[in-house]
Amino acid sequence: MHLDPSPSHGGPAAVSADVRRPDGGRRALRIGLGGPVGSGKTATVAALCRALRDEVSLAVVTNDIYTREDAEFLLREAVLPPERITAVETGACPHTAIRDDISANLEAVEDLEDEAGPLDLILVESGGDNLTATFSRGLVDAQIFVIDVAGGDDIPRKGGPGVTTADLLVVNKTDLAPYVGSDLARMAADARAQRARLPVVFQSLRGEDGARDVADWVRERLAAWVA
Amino acid sequence: MNTAGVRAVARVRACPDGRGGTCLPVLESDGPLALRRTRGRGTEAQVLLVGAMSGPLGGDRLAVRADVRPGARLRVGSAAATLALPGQQAGEARYDVRLTVADGGELHWLPEQLVSVRGSELLVTTRADLDRGARLVLREEQVLGRAGEEPGRLTSRLTVRIAGRTVLDQQLACGPGAPGGWDGPAVLGGLRAVGQLVVVRPGFEDKPVTARALGEGAAVLPLPGPAALVTAVAPDALRLRRLLDGASALFGPASD
Amino acid sequence: MSRAALLVLADGRFPAGGHAHSGGAEAAVGAGRVTGAASLEDFCRGRLHTTGLVAAAVAAAAALGVDPVELDAAADARTPSPALRTAARKLGRQLLRAARVAWPSGELDALAGTFPKGAHQPVVLGVTALAAGLGPADAAYCAAYESVSGPASATVRLLGLDPFDATGVLARLAPEVDEVVTRAVGTAREAVGAGVDALPAASAPLLEVFAQAHAGWAVRLFAT
Repeated sequence: MHLDPSPSHGGPAAVSADVRRPDGGRRALRIGLGGPVGSGKTATVAALCRALRDEVSLAVVTNDIYTREDAEFLLREAVLPPERITAVETGACPHTAIRDDISANLEAVEDLEDEAGPLDLILVESGGDNLTATFSRGLVDAQIFVIDVAGGDDIPRKGGPGVTTADLLVVNKTDLAPYVGSDLARMAADARAQRARLPVVFQSLRGEDGARDVADWVRERLAAWVA
Repeated sequence: MNTAGVRAVARVRACPDGRGGTCLPVLESDGPLALRRTRGRGTEAQVLLVGAMSGPLGGDRLAVRADVRPGARLRVGSAAATLALPGQQAGEARYDVRLTVADGGELHWLPEQLVSVRGSELLVTTRADLDRGARLVLREEQVLGRAGEEPGRLTSRLTVRIAGRTVLDQQLACGPGAPGGWDGPAVLGGLRAVGQLVVVRPGFEDKPVTARALGEGAAVLPLPGPAALVTAVAPDALRLRRLLDGASALFGPASD
Repeated sequence: MSRAALLVLADGRFPAGGHAHSGGAEAAVGAGRVTGAASLEDFCRGRLHTTGLVAAAVAAAAALGVDPVELDAAADARTPSPALRTAARKLGRQLLRAARVAWPSGELDALAGTFPKGAHQPVVLGVTALAAGLGPADAAYCAAYESVSGPASATVRLLGLDPFDATGVLARLAPEVDEVVTRAVGTAREAVGAGVDALPAASAPLLEVFAQAHAGWAVRLFAT
């Protein structure tokens, strides 16, 4: 499994995505979730929290575009205790906060580890953005890109950094495919073509245990992280 | 002509009178600054600053010192607004207020407005030095020009120290010749009255004041110490006073 | 002294969190006080000569080696709005993170040890300037320029203001930025001997009042 290579810069320890905390312990695995507005990132985060919270110690950072709605949704749904959910403000530029200037997000994850830790896993949810928005490797160890069938079945074909390079591509809301005229088989074929051997999950969160495949993927990542 | 301008220092000191009240062993008027003891409420002594309304003129150096000793309670007001006026000779006038309050002492410093009249130049400095355990209510209001008048040049600095630590240090410069943008949307935005209310209570140490906005013209701001500032801006003196009085009521009675 | 290091530190893309802040512009736009290039210029000029001057002087003093703990307390006393104190410390912490990677130094490490949750951003800026081989005027330039460039770029997003007009505002303010830096460095040199009380304390009442109101907005683009 490919993770950020061991820190090679000559700078001080624990200022960027180093795997050790200042106290020498292993920091939490950080997984980013990005994708267009309305594709179901927050719902996926909520489902992952429910699926994993009894097995691992986890927390969430949300990056809202201009409100605290995503954080408040998670609080309302009570998927985690409030001290395990933090919102970062992004100044109208969600991609800046997860890619070009990750300082606020790094602070949020470190504060969560300090105040709610020890943690095994931190999910960093991006604000809804466009198909080019990806996470910096200085912020997350792996990233999930969430699109949905209602956004158009040509999105996998169009590609873009999110679709082609994310460690996991999630095609959400498959239950809507018949209603919006999306061709799931075509989406799957296009995604395979764009992503070589990187995995793709089709999911609907309407059913029982809808995030099972994504949760399994996260479990694998966690196992590799602590190995 | 007195080219040096007037120099005057008025002084008041408040001490416990030994019978549960407050006495004033020092009450010194000087030049245009007259201090009069008036009937106080309860255990506090009350002093009125009169006669300051004709000054300060350009070139004047006026100062007031109030010193509140442990256990004493002093309330100082003024009989009317103070007008900063242009003097015979050029040069700015200075008005220095120095307040000291000891542990267990309480000072209410509530003068009427300072009005910066067209052509005047005044530098006001107010410094309050409090011991730990001292209490203070301090109100300052600056009005830029009489009704419809261009203001003079006014620079006002307010410093509050508690147990040697500066918890508030603020300067406002406005009027002709002040650094640019003073009347723009970041500073005064065309408003002509600006005020500060500082409340220091030892009880704020454990129960800090909650920050809040009071409409678009005022905010309650907990300072880094057992103190809070209400900062307010308004079109005129009357509306400014209403804002500060309204904010003052939020602090409730001083029970601690 | 490297002039290019100043460009790195002053670059709007320096990853230290500034993009999420409007310097009070969002609240001023919301209140209808900033509506276009002319009122933006007035806004920026007022900010430059008040909080910009104070930030520049604190940054210059830090670059001259004045004790960061005293400077942080002085910045606190000059920032009555708790929302702005919190933001200044957050930004200081973010800057420190970036600076320690860009210019590793013992002074920056020590600052991080003293202020694990962040010192006021201008304090960090001054120490960073030192670490980068820059001087007090450079630190003051970064702070003074930032006091106007932040609101200007935010207003482009908030009002759809023509970006050329916003840049024109910054260009017209340049001579005043020079003046503010000269004043700031002068007072910072005084503070080396006379203590932090010598630093300017220029305040902007509307920025303070609006900062507190803005902190309570449920829907906003910027953190401040």
